[in-house]
Amino acid sequence: MMAALICVFSVAAFVQFFFSYCRSMIAFSASVALSDNVREFAGMRVRSVAADDFDRFLQLLRLCPDLDADKKEIRAVGAYYSTVNFLSRAFRKAVPNVAAWAERERQNCSYFAAVVLDRRIAQSRDLCLQEVSASL
Amino acid sequence: MTGFFDYGLPLVGFLLQLSVVFCAVYRKEFLRYLPLNIYMLISASVGCGLYVCMQRFGVTSQEYFYAYYTADLLLCVAMYSVVIHLYRHTLGDTNVERYIRGGAFLLLALTCLFSYLAVRHSEGKLTARFASELEQNLNFVGVVLTYMLWGAIMKRRETRTRLVQLVLAVGIYFSAIAATYAVRGLFPQMEGSNLWLWAPPVIGLWVPAASCYAFLSVQNEARLTMSHMAVPAQVSAQVSAQ
Repeated sequence: MMAALICVFSVAAFVQFFFSYCRSMIAFSASVALSDNVREFAGMRVRSVAADDFDRFLQLLRLCPDLDADKKEIRAVGAYYSTVNFLSRAFRKAVPNVAAWAERERQNCSYFAAVVLDRRIAQSRDLCLQEVSASL
Repeated sequence: MTGFFDYGLPLVGFLLQLSVVFCAVYRKEFLRYLPLNIYMLISASVGCGLYVCMQRFGVTSQEYFYAYYTADLLLCVAMYSVVIHLYRHTLGDTNVERYIRGGAFLLLALTCLFSYLAVRHSEGKLTARFASELEQNLNFVGVVLTYMLWGAIMKRRETRTRLVQLVLAVGIYFSAIAATYAVRGLFPQMEGSNLWLWAPPVIGLWVPAASCYAFLSVQNEARLTMSHMAVPAQVSAQVSAQ
């Protein structure tokens, strides 16, 4: 009985901590505005980022030169996105609140990926400029 | 695969623990997070000590058995002190601050007493049983304390990103390890399986890995917006209930 109670409490706490940890990783991106470069590059027609755009942004990220600094963040947020996706599919009918929350979270993850893509595009351009100015 | 778990896993842990200390020094945060750094140094030393013990006496020896349980308990107490230090960081500017250390000692003493009462009638290897019981109880106390700390952080709208990430990392560690021990208690017939044997060391890699990330990727002055952090209680309750 005691072990079962500890187990339930620990699992509930784990879910809460894990979600909050992932959110702390994507929280910084919420305050960053996307540049026109990334909108043009990603072919975004509307101002806001859609929840389903995450995979598309990841594919675009693979086209840019790798930066060691953001690799782990992308992997962790990718894991979070997959978890939220799974929860959304599993509980959509049973708990409507979860579906609405999951949609917001998936959108935040997509926005995070867009911000990282924006950062990589800016760094790639800087590198190109440096190489061009060095060759001149 | 056994080779990796026997030698690779402790080596990865050792390197991560030293990396945390190195990153903390590099970021000039060694003293601010002193208990965390001491925990990492103790973990690294314990890892070396256990390796020497295993090589000298063998993994099935009495010496290794006692060394393993003593070291595990020492690390658990060190992690407990990390949580208390995080409390002092978070509540440092309140009236509660002066009661934190006393309260922590009292809670530790009560947990020791409770653990002793639980194992005092056991036969043979009483020290190891006590160490194991105390460790499990301290892990659960750690989950409760970290959960309360997280509540305090949310209530006080703490915005220091690194502090928030370290608290959450410790919370993930304590809740994962407490859940593992609880599941082990629920299914004693699976005691000898590889999953139970290697789950705690794998979970043990989490705190050094997350601390490394917090020191390397998060700037000293980085701040969070707390409105982005709260997970609706209804959502987590529904998910964990399923």
